[in-house]
Amino acid sequence: MIRDITLGQYYPGNSVIHRLDARTKIIATLLYIIELFIVNNFWGFLIAGAALAAVIALSRVPARFIFRGLTAVFLIIAFTVILNLFMVDGRVLWQWKFLKITYEGIWRAAFMGVRLVLLIIGTSMMTLTTKPVELTDGLEKLMSPLNKIGVPSHEIALMMTIALRFIPTLMEETDKIIKAQQARGADFESGNLFQRAAKLIPILIPLFISSFRIAQELALAMEARCYHGGKGRTRMNEIHFHRGDAIAAVLMVIYLAVIIASRFITFNPF
Amino acid sequence: MAFIEIRDLTVEFTRIAEDGSEVPGTRAIDGISLDIEQGSFVSVTGMNGSGKSTLAKCLNGLLLPTSGNVSVDGMNTRDDDKLWDIRSRVGMVFQNPDNQIVSSIVEDDVAFGPENLGIPPLEIRKRVDEALKQVGMYEHRLKGAHMLSGGQKQRVAIAGAIAMRPECIVFDEPTAMLDPMGREAVMKMILELNAEGITTILITHFMNEAAQADRIIVMQKGRILADGAPSEIFMTAEDMAAELKRIKDR
Repeated sequence: MIRDITLGQYYPGNSVIHRLDARTKIIATLLYIIELFIVNNFWGFLIAGAALAAVIALSRVPARFIFRGLTAVFLIIAFTVILNLFMVDGRVLWQWKFLKITYEGIWRAAFMGVRLVLLIIGTSMMTLTTKPVELTDGLEKLMSPLNKIGVPSHEIALMMTIALRFIPTLMEETDKIIKAQQARGADFESGNLFQRAAKLIPILIPLFISSFRIAQELALAMEARCYHGGKGRTRMNEIHFHRGDAIAAVLMVIYLAVIIASRFITFNPF
Repeated sequence: MAFIEIRDLTVEFTRIAEDGSEVPGTRAIDGISLDIEQGSFVSVTGMNGSGKSTLAKCLNGLLLPTSGNVSVDGMNTRDDDKLWDIRSRVGMVFQNPDNQIVSSIVEDDVAFGPENLGIPPLEIRKRVDEALKQVGMYEHRLKGAHMLSGGQKQRVAIAGAIAMRPECIVFDEPTAMLDPMGREAVMKMILELNAEGITTILITHFMNEAAQADRIIVMQKGRILADGAPSEIFMTAEDMAAELKRIKDR
């Protein structure tokens, strides 16, 4: 299941969205998240969904690929929806002992579900269309004004690059350790929750040790390739704002206005 | 003057005792002197713990000598101002293909070295493309590093080293973790690079690889046991057995 998470993965392409500056996409995504919380009715979500669909169409990332990312976080969505369904007070529709479903509950559950789905797809669109290096470069540049107050923006960006790079490596390592422990008779499947959690220790400790070893080897390899901090470093692909970014900025402002306006739509067929 | 000059090199690792004081630990390299000529292909072999990898790390200043000196093209590795100059001339490829790739995307990883040297973007692009074509990984340039096979990853690591335009590359057991196919491809790469004039130092356990060098250095307990052309080294196997016995008895 871990391998199915498309969240944070990059889908190679050369679409309009792919070519946007990483900074534009980071700001747009942040705005999009905030706007999802400004929305207070389904009309707003309809607009947000339409905008997202337009971005997906422009990016040419196959929908199948995007929705595969959702399956991995399906549990979280289901949990939120069910919690909302049963926990909201109001006009009771159905009741069994302490469990009850209300009109307001259904409405809230659907509302939160749609919001979460849009949120997850929206943020994964950023990572799907932006190379990890561009993303971290963009973050580094966006954070660079904070250098003055002592925020190490280059180091933070490098840490993110390395973290993204080593997710698959550490997953392979975990897999290896699990298999090695199973081969020696370790049992990860039986027992209650606490017993199972305790059984993870023989996986976590070797994983911890091997990640230190990997870090040490990587540090050596980086030093051998003349890494000496962000000072005097250049970039192969310097990020630049283009005309597309200006258009995106204008669209973002229009979208923000529309979303705020959608709060005042009172027509409600439900 | 030889390209790399090693004089009376000794490397000792200190150990931190329980009370926090430093205690002298093992002596990994014990008074080695060597000259490595520009453009030559030298392989270093020996048992585990013989000091091969320690020697490799001394060649670009990743490790500094406890005593003695290592100089590359006349620059001493102890000289802090020359350190980055030395490392840009002496590239290094390590054993584990996974743990030396910094960036998720192949071409970004190859660009890592030149970026550190502060080379202008267009020139980096050119070098990265050339390096990737040279190792035959150009068509994989936009792939994720985790999607490649071990041999392919190792070729990316070699591209990362050659993108810095080094005069010398030190290979520290580059084929140890590869399958026979990957091993063959990497070995072919090494021979091609040497033919282009890059000084090549190959640390290996495989005798068929070592035998392709112009010169083999056999190490034992931090010392040089034998040093010569492959034909000489392999001829004196009986003498070496006698020598090994002599060292053991001592």
